[in-house]
Amino acid sequence: MSADTLSIRNLTIEYQAKRGAVQAVRNLNLDVRRSEALALIGESGSGKTTIGLGIVRLLVSTAKITSGEMIFRRFDKTGQVIKEFDVLKLSPGEMRAFRWKDCAMVFQAALNAFNPVLKISAQFADTARAHGYLQGEALRKRACELFDLVRLDPERVWNSYPHELSGGMRQRVLIALGLLLDPPMLILDEPTTALDILTQRNIMDVLKDLRDKLRFSLIFISHDLSLAAELADRVATVYAGRIVELGNVYDTFQNPQHPYTIGLMSAVPTLTTHRDNVSSIPGSPPDLIDLPTGCKFHPRCPLAIEKCVCEEPTLSPTTGPEHLAACWRWPEAKQTLMPNPK
Amino acid sequence: MSKPLIELEHLSRRFQVKRNVFITAVSDVSLTIHEGEIVCLVGESGCGKTTTGKMIAGLLKPSSGRILYNGMDVTSLQGKAWEQYRLGVQMVHQDPYASLNPSHTIYDIISAPLRHHRYVENETAARHRVRQLLEMVDLTPVDDFLDKFPHQLSGGQRQRVSVARALTVNPSFIVADEAVSMVDVSIRISLLNTLLKLKEKMGLAVLFITHDLALAKYFAWEGRVGVMYLGKLVEVAPARQLVEAPQHPYTKVLLSAIPEADPERTRHKQRIELRSMDVPSLLRLPTGCAFHPRCPFFEGEMCEKVIPELTYFTDGSAVACHPVQKQRAAELQA
Amino acid sequence: MTILTHSLAGFWRETVKTLKLIARNKIGFLGFLLLVSLVLMSYVGPLIVPPETRADTTQIYKTPSREHPLGTDFQGRENWVMLVHGGAEVISVAFLAGLLTTIIAVVVGAFSAFLGGRADELIMTVTDVWLALPRGILLVVTAFFISLEDVWALALFLAVFGWPSLARQVRSQFLSLKKREYVEAAQLLNLGTPHIIFREMLPNMMSYILIALVESMTGAIYSQTYLVFLGLVPFGNNWGVLFSLAYAKNAIYNPNAMWSLLVPMGGIVLLQLSLIMFSRSLEEIFNPRLRTGV
Repeated sequence: MSADTLSIRNLTIEYQAKRGAVQAVRNLNLDVRRSEALALIGESGSGKTTIGLGIVRLLVSTAKITSGEMIFRRFDKTGQVIKEFDVLKLSPGEMRAFRWKDCAMVFQAALNAFNPVLKISAQFADTARAHGYLQGEALRKRACELFDLVRLDPERVWNSYPHELSGGMRQRVLIALGLLLDPPMLILDEPTTALDILTQRNIMDVLKDLRDKLRFSLIFISHDLSLAAELADRVATVYAGRIVELGNVYDTFQNPQHPYTIGLMSAVPTLTTHRDNVSSIPGSPPDLIDLPTGCKFHPRCPLAIEKCVCEEPTLSPTTGPEHLAACWRWPEAKQTLMPNPK
Repeated sequence: MSKPLIELEHLSRRFQVKRNVFITAVSDVSLTIHEGEIVCLVGESGCGKTTTGKMIAGLLKPSSGRILYNGMDVTSLQGKAWEQYRLGVQMVHQDPYASLNPSHTIYDIISAPLRHHRYVENETAARHRVRQLLEMVDLTPVDDFLDKFPHQLSGGQRQRVSVARALTVNPSFIVADEAVSMVDVSIRISLLNTLLKLKEKMGLAVLFITHDLALAKYFAWEGRVGVMYLGKLVEVAPARQLVEAPQHPYTKVLLSAIPEADPERTRHKQRIELRSMDVPSLLRLPTGCAFHPRCPFFEGEMCEKVIPELTYFTDGSAVACHPVQKQRAAELQA
Repeated sequence: MTILTHSLAGFWRETVKTLKLIARNKIGFLGFLLLVSLVLMSYVGPLIVPPETRADTTQIYKTPSREHPLGTDFQGRENWVMLVHGGAEVISVAFLAGLLTTIIAVVVGAFSAFLGGRADELIMTVTDVWLALPRGILLVVTAFFISLEDVWALALFLAVFGWPSLARQVRSQFLSLKKREYVEAAQLLNLGTPHIIFREMLPNMMSYILIALVESMTGAIYSQTYLVFLGLVPFGNNWGVLFSLAYAKNAIYNPNAMWSLLVPMGGIVLLQLSLIMFSRSLEEIFNPRLRTGV
């Protein structure tokens, strides 16, 4: 019996574009454990946002989930499974219940997408009503509880309009809204992008706090490696619609096994890196309509050999059973690409 | 030290928000940028760094203070001299999607200034020069890009076209306003390296405006970084020195708040807590030092009442902070 | 000689490409074909089909049959011949009026946006006042005093009354484009105001302006039909006149006479429809994102 909240198998999502089918997610396999924080790291066009939207099935109408299953499990306090179902098989009505009760999502730049004419209290009331949740005074108390958890002043926020709150405050309101029905899983898409340094710090601390107290599973999607280093328990690197590396956060950062992950880490200067240790990845991300053969990273990989051009590697264990990478030459990757340790 | 190219003297800029309500986006900023120097301007949103950049480029007029270009006050420039200034200072914008005209091909975009200012005599010369410029910004193979439209290029490629366009008029100074913020992470360094290469080759001075201190340190490795807070310049220092030994309390707080791509280090990093989480609005700036309500090193009356001056020290760094200035003065005497 | 053939070949290629682009939008293409047919019928048709001059009182109000394909009117004249001859004036006035309206509006809007400040305020106030005047009534009243004999006069007349609302729209488009970063870059490169207006901003407004042109044309068609119907415009035999004549002869009370009413009305409606449908394809031609897919 699996103890994972979400088990994705062979998920494939395609978009229809004029030129052809955009293969945004290809045969994805992923498990999200109970109460774990999983970071999906990738750049634009990697498919990471599509994965998030796919889990809550809020893809654009031109997108199609062509294969796969997503088994979602709810546990009781003792760890016994009380509910288990395939998200892809849910009816529209069941999906609506799923979103928010079982899995809530805060979209990218949602902090700019508030309805400007509704007070925060009204937005909460709307959501609560749509899911048959508490109303009136009971709702207000619950919301204020959540505001406290996200370090917002309840009185001030409950009665204000979105434009009266700063970006950081709006982001925290959205996180509170996501947690309204106490879902066991929360998905955040780029939660700290477009926020100032000090505000980002605040949000990160808030998220850490929330996880300690409420113990939900968190999937956060970002291009920011340092966010993953701060918050994640496990990190999955996404490239061309697939996971190319998956492992515990310490392992992944200290001992990356996939050339893309290594390249990404070298390409992001930190406050302490020496200038000579920074280098960018040559080339550009692949065209998702016209993907290269074999390993999709091979055109940009300094280690590419013939096998890489012909056969796409699968995600397999490397230095340990918990640290997986999709690379035929993972043992050599580390040595050749990172001569100077950070 | 090479000669000063741009000198900002007590530069200020106010914006009218309502009938009698003004916000001071930039307040009393003085800074000298030398020929071929790299200076980064960092700070959070609303600190005035973009406004300062626009004033240097001549897109906004200062409300008070002066800007000197090659020693001459820009407001007094006329005719040819003014044109020299206008072309001498160019800008690369943040948004790769809005900085190129969607109806023009890449060739059109880059050849327009060449032809307008008659840097080339005919079509062939224009084509040749455009190819040269595209090669300089590492957009190769050149033929792949000449006849394309902006929407057919990636964000990073578009930014390179912006840089090439800026280079057509042989500027001596480039203001890069968050030029890599909207570009993919793995491409940022490559773009900055191209800028560095061009700076070396053409002796350009660059003002790089960003909110990312790590990028600032990388780009201004040999140069200086200036930190702005609520419209004021609070610290200026050589890049490595600023990051390794910050002096102003705000800089210290910023550096301690930045997460790093190393779980060991970032999770055990020492955080400096602020006295208050409220960010003051530009409409109601605090008295005295603008940072004092949040400053963890707050020292009482002086900080509350008197605005600290940006004081330069012998090691080339400058700080606008009473406690730090007092301490440095004490050290000197000791 | 080769230069000529070269440029002709290039011209041909561009035309074919443009046709392909129009064809991408089914409705637009249909509208285009309809428009072309109407134009051919109205300008080439009269060269082939002799005008109907004699009246044949034995054939009054005949319904459509093999001898009278679209029926006859109150004077026994063939409706289909009148249809062929009646379109030219309507289309000419519509096109000219649309063109003049658009030109005036674009010039006023662009200037206003670019000059800014006091000048902008002044021009916009004048525009607003003009906009607030009741156009229909003004049209009628002025038509009493000014003779609108020929196509150009009528077109100009309609343009003078039609430009304000378009000018305001053009101005807002310009204002929003003015803020774009590529315009700022052009200023930094000292490319000059004419370049900025004509080479940077205008191309990005082309599809907008063309759709505005089509709208002006449809508006002009309504206006002229209205004026003709009221008898204020002394025109010969265009669809508007046919329609108003038929109406005046009480065709609505006589089921047989219905066709003399429907035929000219059909002409006007089809023309409007073709213009509106065609405007759907205009975006395909002028938006570079859509263009490069061909």
